[in-house]
Amino acid sequence: MKKSIFLILLSFLSYGLLAHDLDSLLNQVSGDEVNYADAAFKSTHVINGQSVMQMHKNHLDFRIEHRFGLISDGIYNFFGLDQSSIRLTLDYALTDWLTVGIGRSSFDKTYDGSLKFRILRQSTGKVNMPISLSFYTDLAAFTRDFSDPTRTNYNSSRLSFVNQILVARKFTDKFSLQLSPTMVHRNLAPTVLDPNDIYSLGIGGRYKITKRMALTAEYFYSIRPPRSSEVYHDPIAIGIDIETGGHVFQIMLTNSPVMFDSGFITGTHNENFFKGDIHLGFNISRIFSFQK
Amino acid sequence: MKKNLILIILIALTGNFIYGQTNYFTKSGKIEFFSKTVLENNEAINNQVVSTLKTDIGELNFGVLIKSFKFKNALMEEHFNENYMESTKFPKALFKGKITNLKDINFTKKGNYTANISGDLTIHGVTKPITATAQLEVKDKVITAVSAIIVKPADYDIKIPDLVKDKIAKDVSIEININYEVMSK
Repeated sequence: MKKSIFLILLSFLSYGLLAHDLDSLLNQVSGDEVNYADAAFKSTHVINGQSVMQMHKNHLDFRIEHRFGLISDGIYNFFGLDQSSIRLTLDYALTDWLTVGIGRSSFDKTYDGSLKFRILRQSTGKVNMPISLSFYTDLAAFTRDFSDPTRTNYNSSRLSFVNQILVARKFTDKFSLQLSPTMVHRNLAPTVLDPNDIYSLGIGGRYKITKRMALTAEYFYSIRPPRSSEVYHDPIAIGIDIETGGHVFQIMLTNSPVMFDSGFITGTHNENFFKGDIHLGFNISRIFSFQK
Repeated sequence: MKKNLILIILIALTGNFIYGQTNYFTKSGKIEFFSKTVLENNEAINNQVVSTLKTDIGELNFGVLIKSFKFKNALMEEHFNENYMESTKFPKALFKGKITNLKDINFTKKGNYTANISGDLTIHGVTKPITATAQLEVKDKVITAVSAIIVKPADYDIKIPDLVKDKIAKDVSIEININYEVMSK
C-alpha cells in the first residue's frame, strides 16, 4: 500500500513537471539568446575622439564636423563664428566588426584613413561580457606646404599614426563610460625637444537626459616630457548629442579646433579650456543604410 | 496489491494521456508587424514567440522578447529597442486571454474553426484589454493558429517624437502565426 501511495504521488509529480508555464518557456528562449548591450554611445564619436560604437553592416556614416574660432574673441569675431575649421568624413561598415573610414580636415589640409575593429561586445544571456572593446587605427597625412621649405623635407614627414584601444561599458541604459589608451606617432615632431611618440589616455562618457538626448564629456591626458618645447593643453570637450532617427547632432564646447585623431589628441598650443579658450563646434552624422 | 498497482499505473498513464492532449505550446511562433506610412514602411519579424494553449479551458497565453524582433535595417532595430520599446526596461510583451466561444470548437476533431479571443495585452509595461479573432486548424496533435490585430503605439505609452511622427504609423498591424504542438515532457 505504501508503494501505491508513492506511485500516486509520483504521477502527480509528473503532472507538475508537465505544466510548463509561459515564463519558463520564455526563459528557455531568452537563455538561448545573446543580449548585446549596444548603443553605449549615440554616435561613432564620443565628441572629438572615437567611441566604442560600431556601425551595423553595410551602413555608411557621412559626417560634417565644424569647430568655430574662440568664443573669447568676442563680438568682433562674432564669438568665433567668423572662423571655422572643417572636417568631412565617410565611414563604411564592411561587417558588424570592421569599419573603414576616410576623412579630410581643413587643419593642415590633412587627409586620413582609418580602420576600426570590434573585438569584444558587451552582452548578457548566453554570453556574459562586461565590456565592449574595439581597436582603432588611423593614418593621417598633411598636405599643406612645409613650414620650413629651406630644410630637406621628406614626404614621409607628413605622416602621423594613431593606435587606440577603446574599452567601454554601458553601465545603465543612460550611463556609459569609455577609456581609450592611445599611442600617437608623428614622423615629424614640432621641434627636436618634442617626442615622436606620445602616449595618451582618453576618458569619455555619456549620460542620457532623454531617450534621444545625451550629455557627453571627453578628456585625453597625454604623458609629455618636461622639456617639451611648447606649452600644450590636453583636449577637453563637453557636448550634447541629439539623435533624430538617422541623424545625430553633436554640439560641443572644446579647446581643440582640430578634429582628426593624431591632431587633437596631441594637444593644443596655448589653448587652455579653463582660461576660456573655448571653441563652439558641431558634428552632424547622417547614417545611410545599404542593407538589403 | 498487485492489481492495485496496475490500476494506479493505468490511471496515471491515461491521466497523462488526456492531460497531454489538452495542453499545447510553441517556442517558435511567428509575429510580424507592419507600420506603413506614405514616407516610410517599417516591418519586423519575431520567430521566437512563446505561446501556450489549454484547449479544455480555452486559456491562451503569449510571450515575446522585444529584442527578438528583427528588422531589415539594423539601425531601425536599435532605435526600436532603445527609443521606442525600451527593451532593457520592458524586455517582453505578454498576452493572457481566453477563447470566448470554446463550445464552437472541437479540439478533438480535425477541421477549421474560428475562435473569438479576448484578453489583456501588455506592451511597454502598459496593459490593455483587446479582442481578436483567430483561424484555427486542428490537425493530428498539431493546431495552427493565424490572427491579426491592430495596435496603436500611443495606447501603450510609446512616444513618437514630432520629427518622425509622419514616418511611423498610428495603427501598427500585427500578424500572428502559431503552430502548436502537444505539450509533453
